[in-house]
Amino acid sequence: MSVLVYIETQNQEIKKSSLEVASYGRAIADAKSTSLIAVCFGLEDSSQLAAYGVDKVFVIPTAGDIHFNAERYSSTLVAIAKAEAVDLLIVSGSANGRFIGPLIAIKFEASYFSNVIGLPTAYDPVEVKRSCFTNKAFNHSISKKDKVVISLSSNSFGLHEKAAEAAPVEGTYSPSSFSLEVVTVEQSSAKVSIADADIVVSGGRGLKGPENWHLIEELANVLGAATACSKPVSDMGWRPHSEHVGQTGKPVASNLYIAIGVSGAIQHLAGINSSKVKVVINSDPEAPFFKAADYGVVGDAFEVVPELTSKLKALKEA
Amino acid sequence: MKILVCISNVPDTTSKINFTDENRAFDTQGVTYIINPNDEFGLTRAIWLQQQEEATVTVATVGEASCEPILRKCLAIGADNAVRIDAFPEDGFYVASQLAAYAEKEAFDLVITGRESIDYNGGMVGAMLANYLEMPYLANCIQLEKEGESILLQREIDGGKENLKGKLPLVIGAQKGLVEEKDLIIPNMRGIMQARQKPLEVVTPIESEASSSIKSYEKPPAKGHVKLVDTGDIDQLIDLLQNEANAI
Ligand SMILES: Cc1cc2nc3c(=O)[nH]c(=O)nc-3n(C[C@H](O)[C@H](O)[C@H](O)COP(=O)(O)OP(=O)(O)OC[C@H]3O[C@@H](n4cnc5c(N)ncnc54)[C@H](O)[C@@H]3O)c2cc1C
Ligand SMILES: Nc1ncnc2c1ncn2[C@@H]1O[C@H](COP(=O)(O)O)[C@@H](O)[C@H]1O
Repeated sequence: MSVLVYIETQNQEIKKSSLEVASYGRAIADAKSTSLIAVCFGLEDSSQLAAYGVDKVFVIPTAGDIHFNAERYSSTLVAIAKAEAVDLLIVSGSANGRFIGPLIAIKFEASYFSNVIGLPTAYDPVEVKRSCFTNKAFNHSISKKDKVVISLSSNSFGLHEKAAEAAPVEGTYSPSSFSLEVVTVEQSSAKVSIADADIVVSGGRGLKGPENWHLIEELANVLGAATACSKPVSDMGWRPHSEHVGQTGKPVASNLYIAIGVSGAIQHLAGINSSKVKVVINSDPEAPFFKAADYGVVGDAFEVVPELTSKLKALKEA
Repeated sequence: MKILVCISNVPDTTSKINFTDENRAFDTQGVTYIINPNDEFGLTRAIWLQQQEEATVTVATVGEASCEPILRKCLAIGADNAVRIDAFPEDGFYVASQLAAYAEKEAFDLVITGRESIDYNGGMVGAMLANYLEMPYLANCIQLEKEGESILLQREIDGGKENLKGKLPLVIGAQKGLVEEKDLIIPNMRGIMQARQKPLEVVTPIESEASSSIKSYEKPPAKGHVKLVDTGDIDQLIDLLQNEANAI
């Protein structure tokens, strides 16, 4: 019974979250003493996957579909999984991974676990630890089916290289009876998206207005970070909704999260709790964020942030 | 046009999350329940369609009698009728199969679920329901406009948006953006009074099995104390981030 990973690409490059999924898949395949199969769509050069322990790569020509197609991709993945006697299928925690995960699970008659944060703790039946209550808690879930689909929470496993010999095989693209047609894709000008970012710099109402966001952007630029914001900031239209993080926004699981002028309301903290290192810059020593952070500066963002940015810049240039 | 909005009954976002029964069950004591925020955005969009297109809006939940207050709230917001499938929502798969059994009989044109429920965070019911109903599904839906026979949609993707075109019937996973926070409808006295007269039907569940079970819950470990750095010593912050936290 082999393990299968769905590999996502963007502009002919494998996404980091998918290399993480491959690393995770390899570890599971080793634990089960079986082989690791990867499936990717329309990728010309899949050789990188061999370095992450993939034994066999299916490369699917996507006919005219240049965009992600949830129906056809999930049908294709399930067809391959059935043909290859797969019993564990893994997708990433990206927007597309979470979209396709439950579609695969239901077509594959598998159980489905999203937000999984580590290797299964048992295999017969599969048992996983996943986050729930928007990162306020975890649960240990047990599969009642003999096939399982896992969506791995981003940044929870990391990248682990392991050499293998992955010979690419051409797979067949499954048709589907219905699907939505993608007309256009608008990629935002932000260089790094919150989902892929190692570092996220986030601003709250303490920044007073959108005209001050250059402070956040400049710090993010030096760190190669994504920018984010609190809910009121996006509600007021200071920043786009796509930057809203928290319980009702996006979850953040970066290595470093820097919150500036964010009070640390429970709904905000819920969404960013699984970030590894948290830094808060806030003028109010009583701000609840200080209770949740690893490092803090009690001070005025308008003074602290420019200094931090220029010192980091100097360090980089040194 | 017939619209179904699937409503999940979840703890208020400020609730303290605790567990009982040796960490095997969520402690509901002192917890206030609300309409799952993602579902509330979806419901508001449905009410607009009700007004523009003379659509009828049904809300449905899989849950025990304790869920009825939020169904009444949905009726007060403007839904035409409510359905409670009388079962404990064991897992997403089970919920989707129950909702599908009900929806199959009603021939809805548009089925709205939320992107995810903020308690279990499965992010699965919408996709599974769509598969049962043999309708396309769109996750993370931030726009839905009717243009003649076509439906123009937008999905939030990592670092951007995708514009799509489709036709009814269709299932979406709603989230903020589909309508804005300021557009959420706060029920008025008249709505609340009318809601009392609107039908709330209780349906017997079908035979179905959950695909997973929860063995136990766990809370994150208690947080250590924050290390404060003086505003005059930003170098120390950088040093800590570099050498202690290995974060930059
Ligand atoms: C159902 C529901 C869901 C919600 N979901 C979310 C969510 O997903 N995400 C989210 O973020 N919120 C959410 N909220 C809102 C949340 O409760 C808070 O209102 C919000 O997070 C506060 O945003 P803020 O920290 O930017 O603003 P405020 O709470 O106003 O905090 C501003 C902070 O800036 C500090 N400050 C002021 N001036 C300066 C300065 N010069 N320098 C440094 N610091 C300064 C202040 O001390 C204060 O702590 C939700 C609320 C509800 C009811
Ligand atoms: N018990 C339930 N009854 C009705 N709808 C539900 C229920 N649970 C989840 N849903 C719907 O499915 C969406 C996704 O939930 P989940 O898959 O649990 O994250 C929710 O936003 C609701 O629209």
